Amino acid sequence: MADTWQIVWFSVLMSACATVAITPAAIVLAWLLARKEWIGKSLVETAVSLPLVMPPAAVGLILLKLFGRRGEIGSILEEKLGLEIVFTWRAVLLALAVMSFPLMVRAVRLAFEQVPVRFEQVARTLGARSWRVFFEITLPLGWRGVIAGMVLGFARSLGEFGATIVVAGAIPGKTATLSVSIFNLIQLGRDAEALRLLVISVLLSFGALWCSEMIFRRARA
Amino acid sequence: MSLLRLKKLKLTLGGFTLETDLEILSDITGLFGPSGAGKTTLLEIIAGLRRPDSGTVEVRGRPLTDIEKRMQVQPEQRQIGYVPQDLALFPHKSVQQNLLFGSKELDSATEARFSHILDVLELRTLLERSPQNLSGGERQRVAIGRALMTSPQLLLLDEPLANLDSALVTKLLDLLRRTGKEFQTPMLYVTHDANELAAICEEVVILEKGKVRAHGKFLDLFEPAKEHLFVFKRQ
Repeated sequence: MADTWQIVWFSVLMSACATVAITPAAIVLAWLLARKEWIGKSLVETAVSLPLVMPPAAVGLILLKLFGRRGEIGSILEEKLGLEIVFTWRAVLLALAVMSFPLMVRAVRLAFEQVPVRFEQVARTLGARSWRVFFEITLPLGWRGVIAGMVLGFARSLGEFGATIVVAGAIPGKTATLSVSIFNLIQLGRDAEALRLLVISVLLSFGALWCSEMIFRRARA
Repeated sequence: MSLLRLKKLKLTLGGFTLETDLEILSDITGLFGPSGAGKTTLLEIIAGLRRPDSGTVEVRGRPLTDIEKRMQVQPEQRQIGYVPQDLALFPHKSVQQNLLFGSKELDSATEARFSHILDVLELRTLLERSPQNLSGGERQRVAIGRALMTSPQLLLLDEPLANLDSALVTKLLDLLRRTGKEFQTPMLYVTHDANELAAICEEVVILEKGKVRAHGKFLDLFEPAKEHLFVFKRQ
């Protein structure tokens, strides 16, 4: 039972950290996609959405190649900062962040698009520069959508499996998240424990999605 | 010096083309025309919210747009007040916060102007209210007051009295006329109601299908029809 709660706590903590870590970048990118026209916008839009349609294991493999000891980024991190990424909790965080980022960007972008442009235009004629318009008009009017996007990203992180197992492995007590642990337990024939984790996983995901839906509804009202 | 000068202004949006060449001199000028004539688009170009394909925009001799010279002053630097048809009062801010949104600092000059606007537009009792809790006429007054707080060189009003009952329209037209004089702020007033023009405008520009159809004094362009009604003299 102690193991169960360790797994749940680790999953929730990693998902929450990944969500918080990607939120600023998701907000900036969502705003740029919702409000600005720029060269290469459709390419960036497609690239950001890739993890939504690519096999998660393939995303994991890309991360493994990039952040492994001999990878382009991993070798630099290890040499310069002494940071090991793959098969550690950092790899879990990385996989969850990469996999939930596109979903959060989409949700936040939708929230910004629902803020009438007229408010921002009038704010500009009143002398406000772009950053002030964003912080005083767009963000306060779209905040419910931003929160809903964060909850959705958190829920996606909780359910992440494919990329995580490739880049972080399934080391019990070290990198095993809820979904990875369920897979481990089934492999070992410990179905009762797997079932317990399954129930907790369903409850957590249901709660997160329900919260997100409620916030979205209020934002639309 | 002309108040507003638009030279060879052209903008194509889909199948619609706006083409104007115009010089406005009066303090209150009406921009009249049917829906789809390009009135709002023209205001958006003057306010800097849209970039024309060609031409220039000058307000009181100050060039704000010159496409040939690749010059487009940003809306926040134009000193053009803009009251859109939907008013766009910020719903998450109180009336006071809406009114003071454009004021960078609360110095004595700003406070004096704020106080003056509250008195002229009768807004003093509304300051703590939310825009959602205001009546139609109150919302109009707040939107106009908010635009005036930035001491604009020109105030653009896009059908500000649409959807209000006639008694309130009469009262607000009178208030607008007094406000323009009180704050020495010239106005470009968009409407498709000739009676509003009759009540407030000295000069009228008639826009049809993106082009200036006529431009002149109100009584030169309109004639009385039935009681209290004016119609455009078809030329």
